[in-house]
Amino acid sequence: MSGTAFLNLTVTISLGILSLAFVLTIVRILRGPTLPDRILGLDMLVSIGIGYICVIAIKTSFFLYLDVAISLGLVGFLATVAFARYVLHRGAQASEGSSDLEEKPNG
Amino acid sequence: MVEQIAAYLAGILLLVGALFSLLAAIGILRLPDLYTRMHAASKAGTMGSGLTLIAIAVVAFDGAVILRALVGVVFLLLTSPVSAHLLSRAAYMVGYSPSGGMKINDLKNYRED
Repeated sequence: MSGTAFLNLTVTISLGILSLAFVLTIVRILRGPTLPDRILGLDMLVSIGIGYICVIAIKTSFFLYLDVAISLGLVGFLATVAFARYVLHRGAQASEGSSDLEEKPNG
Repeated sequence: MVEQIAAYLAGILLLVGALFSLLAAIGILRLPDLYTRMHAASKAGTMGSGLTLIAIAVVAFDGAVILRALVGVVFLLLTSPVSAHLLSRAAYMVGYSPSGGMKINDLKNYRED
């Protein structure tokens, strides 16, 4: 098997594996009992998205996708920092686990 | 010849990176509480996307692309621990407790409540 054929095969397999990882992370986001779990899942989604973009860049050999991956990483980092600040200011919700929409007096 | 070797190397890097991402996703799904999940996601997840970026650097024979890919890896290695630490600290300070089995807790005296 030549190198190019091997690379094409591994690109296809990696896309499949990354899709599986994506689905598993989405299951955690939907199920995740607390807000920080969901934020962690979103962070993981960004990381898997960077992997996707890199695989697509190799598949199409259009390397401008690399800039998209780097800026996606920057946006994901800023989003996680902002969500962490939000968690710190919001405080833990007593109703966590049943429903996030239900507002209960804190403390 | 060099291109063939680079293609094989990039393929292996892609596979290993994708498997690390899958490992991180399984860890997020299976581990018991937020802090252990974060342990899986921040380390294995960074490893997965970093390895795929290195695969681009291997397969592209262009100085600018290689430099940008390596800068991306460094950026990822700098930001991922910061965001994970910030999120876990915020969650702990606000009162999301770890599940049982934690033996040492150095942050016990700093909690607000």
